[in-house]
Amino acid sequence: MQALYAQLLVGLINGSFYALLSLGLAVIFGMLNIINFAHGALYMMGAFVAYFLLNLGGINYWWALLLAPIIVGIFGMILERTMLQWLTGLDHLYGLLLTFGIALIVQGVFQNYFGSSGLPYAIPDQLRGGMNLGFMFLPIYRGWVVVFSLAVCLATWFLIEKTQLGAYLRAATENPTLVRAFGINVPRMITLTYGLGVGLAALAGVLSAPINQVRPLMGADLIIVVFAVVVIGGMGSIMGSIITGFALGVIEGLTKYFYPEASNTVVFVLMVLVLLVKPTGLTGRAA
Amino acid sequence: MTTLTDDTLPVTPRAMRDEMIVFAVMALLLAAVPFTGVYPFFVMQALCFALLACAFNLLVGYGGLLSFGHAMFLGTAGYCSAHALKVWALPPELGILVGVAAAFVLSIVTGYISIRRQGIYFSMITLALSQLLYFIYLQAPFTHGEDGIQGIPQGRMFGVLDLSKPTVLYYVVLVGFLAGFLLIFRIINSPFGEVLKSIRENEQRAISLGYRTDQYKFLAFVLSGTLAGFAGALKVFVAQNASLTDVHWTMSGEVVLMTLVGGLGTVFGPVVGAFVIIAMQQYLAGFGQWVTVIQGAIFVVCVLTFRRGVVGEIAHYFRRSL
Repeated sequence: MQALYAQLLVGLINGSFYALLSLGLAVIFGMLNIINFAHGALYMMGAFVAYFLLNLGGINYWWALLLAPIIVGIFGMILERTMLQWLTGLDHLYGLLLTFGIALIVQGVFQNYFGSSGLPYAIPDQLRGGMNLGFMFLPIYRGWVVVFSLAVCLATWFLIEKTQLGAYLRAATENPTLVRAFGINVPRMITLTYGLGVGLAALAGVLSAPINQVRPLMGADLIIVVFAVVVIGGMGSIMGSIITGFALGVIEGLTKYFYPEASNTVVFVLMVLVLLVKPTGLTGRAA
Repeated sequence: MTTLTDDTLPVTPRAMRDEMIVFAVMALLLAAVPFTGVYPFFVMQALCFALLACAFNLLVGYGGLLSFGHAMFLGTAGYCSAHALKVWALPPELGILVGVAAAFVLSIVTGYISIRRQGIYFSMITLALSQLLYFIYLQAPFTHGEDGIQGIPQGRMFGVLDLSKPTVLYYVVLVGFLAGFLLIFRIINSPFGEVLKSIRENEQRAISLGYRTDQYKFLAFVLSGTLAGFAGALKVFVAQNASLTDVHWTMSGEVVLMTLVGGLGTVFGPVVGAFVIIAMQQYLAGFGQWVTVIQGAIFVVCVLTFRRGVVGEIAHYFRRSL
C-alpha cells in the first residue's frame, strides 16, 4: 500500500509538470498559432538558470523560483521578437520546424558544456524532511511541488479567464485585427504571451531541479509526452489542460505500480484510445 | 490554410520532360560513382536517406501533412528485415520484403489513427506514436535493446548477387533507390497526386468538389510509410545493423531537415538535402554535440530565409518545376 501511495505522489508530481507545460503550450498556441517545440528545452533552461543562480551567484531556491521564469521568459520574448514573429501568416508547420531548430540549438549547447549526466540541486532547507500522514510518509518538498504547481495553474486560469487583460487576450485569439482596431497593441501582447508560456515552462524546470537533477536532455523526452497530453486534452480550454495534465500524471503513477513495463507508454496508448473514440480530444474544438 | 509554397507551377509536358532529363543525369552520375573513387559506403548511406526523405516529402510536400515520426517506418522495417535475415536466415530479397511488409502494416495502423486530426495535431500524434514504438522496441527482446541487431549477414540476392562485395551492393542499393524514386515521381504526377496537391492547397474546396480527402490522405500516408520502410530495409544491408537510433525522434527530425534543406514539395530536393546533411555529418563527426547545434541552426536559417530549399530556389530561378 505504501508503494501505491508513493507512486501516486510521483504521478501527481509528473502531472504538475504536464499541467504547467501543456498550459503554456495552449496559451502560446492560442495567440501565436505555433506549437512551441522549444518548450522542453526552455523547461530545461529554467532548471539550469536555477542551478547557475545557486552555484555562481549564491542566490537561493526561493529567488530562483521568481528569477528563473523571468530570465527564461525574457529569453523567450527575444526569440519571439527576432524569429517567431516573422512566421505570421505562414503554414503552421514552419512554426514547428523553427522551434524544433531552436530546441536542438539550446539542447546541443548545454550538452556540449555539461554532457548528458545530471547535476545535483539541493532541496531548500525549509522544505527538507517529511511528514507522516498515517497512511504514508510524505516528503515535504514533493508535497510542495504539487500544491504550488496547482496554485500557479489556477492563477494562470484566473488571469486568462477572469481579468481584463485575459479578456483582451482571448479577444485577440479570436480576432486580432478587430482587437487592434480598438487600439490594443496586439504584437506586444503576443510577445508577452510567449514570455508567459515560456516562463511557466521555466518554473516547472526550477520545481523539478531538486527531484530529477539538472540535465541538458531533461526536457527532450518530456515534451513528447506533453504533446500527447495536449492531443488528449485539446488546446481549446485552459482548465481542460490543467485537469488533463494532472489526471494523466496520476494514471501514469498508477501504471507504474500495477504494470511498470507500460509506465513509459501509457500516455501514448491513452492518446491512441482517445483518438479512436473522440478524435477532437476530450475538451478541444475541432482543429 | 495558407499555401506551403508560393509558386506552384502547373505540370506541363515540358516540365515533365525537364524532370526526366534531370533524373537521367542524376541516374548516370550515381551509376558512375564506383569508377570515381568516391567512398561507396557514404553514397549508399546517403541514397537510403534520400529515399526516406523522398517518401517523407510525398506526404508533406504534396499532401501538406508534416509527419514527425517517419523514423518509426525506417526503424521498424530495419528491425524486421534484420531479424528475418539473421534469425530466420531468409535470402536478401525476402528479408527486404519482410521489412517492407512490416512498414506497410504499421503505416496502415498509424495512418488510421493519425489522419483523424489535421495540421499541427497530426505532427504531434505521429511524433507520439513513434515515441510509443521507441519504448516498445527498447523493451522487446527481439531488438536486443540498446545493443541492437548486429552482424547481419548480407547474403546473395536471388542466389547470384553477392551483397558482401561493395560494388554489387552499391548497384543493388542504387537500383532500389531509383525504383522507389520513380514510383514516387509517378505518384506525384498521377491524378491521385493532383488531388493530393489540391488538398494541400485547399482542403475545404477539395471536399466541396466531392473528394473524400481523408481517403486520399490515408493512402498517401500508407504509400509514404511503406516506401520509408523500403529505405529502412535497404539500409540494413549497408549498415549491417539495426539499432534504436533509427527509431528515435532525432532521426525523424533529420529526415525533416533533409527535406527542408533540399526543398519541400520539390521532386529532387530531398535527394540533394540527404546528400548535404549526410556529408555534413561525415565531415563534422569529430565535433560532438556541435553537430546538433549546427543542425538546429540550419533549421532556423532555412525556415526564416530559405523556405524553398536548394532545389526550390533553383526551380524558382529558372521558373521550372523540379
